[in-house]
Amino acid sequence: MKAAVITFPGSNCDRDLARGFELAGADVVRVWHKDTDLPAGIDIVGVPGGFSYGDYLRCGAIAAQSPIGRAVRDFAGRGGHVIGICNGFQILTEMGLLPGALMRNASLKYICKPVTLRVATADSIYTSGYAKGDEVVFPIAHHDGNYTIDAEGLARLEGEDRVAFRYADNPNGSMADIAGVLSENRRVLGMMPHPERAVEQAQGGTDGVALFRALAGMMAGA
Amino acid sequence: MKARVHVMLKDGVLDPQGEAVRHALGTLGFSGVETVRQGKVIDLELSATDRAAAEAEVKAMCEKLLANTVIEKYTIEIA
Repeated sequence: MKAAVITFPGSNCDRDLARGFELAGADVVRVWHKDTDLPAGIDIVGVPGGFSYGDYLRCGAIAAQSPIGRAVRDFAGRGGHVIGICNGFQILTEMGLLPGALMRNASLKYICKPVTLRVATADSIYTSGYAKGDEVVFPIAHHDGNYTIDAEGLARLEGEDRVAFRYADNPNGSMADIAGVLSENRRVLGMMPHPERAVEQAQGGTDGVALFRALAGMMAGA
Repeated sequence: MKARVHVMLKDGVLDPQGEAVRHALGTLGFSGVETVRQGKVIDLELSATDRAAAEAEVKAMCEKLLANTVIEKYTIEIA
């Protein structure tokens, strides 16, 4: 598996995400926000957490329109796999690759703590290493993780089994406890919690390993 | 030519920040505040001289970047 990890000014989980991919055996190429093209032969793009462009205007809004943002959108449009975590999720919604939006947490507080999630579907390359209903603990660290979507969009997500993860104890006001969603073709995942911060014991847990391993396994078999 | 864009959350989208402001106003003794909605004002100075062209351009800017039309609505004033 060859993964590209994007770094925007203000990204702060790019190294962690690269490490998550590498531990699963991937070759990782780091890509700078001013690059206009992704490297050739990429299997997956990782859009990391952080505060791209200082969260100016709206979280993820400027990154979505950056030169590499356009390349990532085109890559997904050609059927490429993209995972966006935390700010990466916000960026993917701003790009229009995923439905809905991430609003200010209902408590208005920045929340940084490990949370329990339930795997809502195992039917994706990202969640096939878990069983539906499995509980996993990933850290969250966000101020704007309150997932919002209109009623029609929510019904569609639920009907198409596109909710990937739900919070066991909703920390931020997200509709239907949604922590992560899949695109229509199930190849784009956006999630607020950080699986890449749960891949080594030193981080406090390793529940994220199964996500990266499943990715690497499916990519190797493809 | 100058343009002013107002960006507001759509009706029906909960505004936790506006709600916090309403609470704070209540704490200060302003008891008659029923709702508060918080938004953004964006001022632009444009080289365009044609009013209709400027408005069309700013509308495109709103759709592409200035507003997230999933949750926000906008109005444009040209002066």
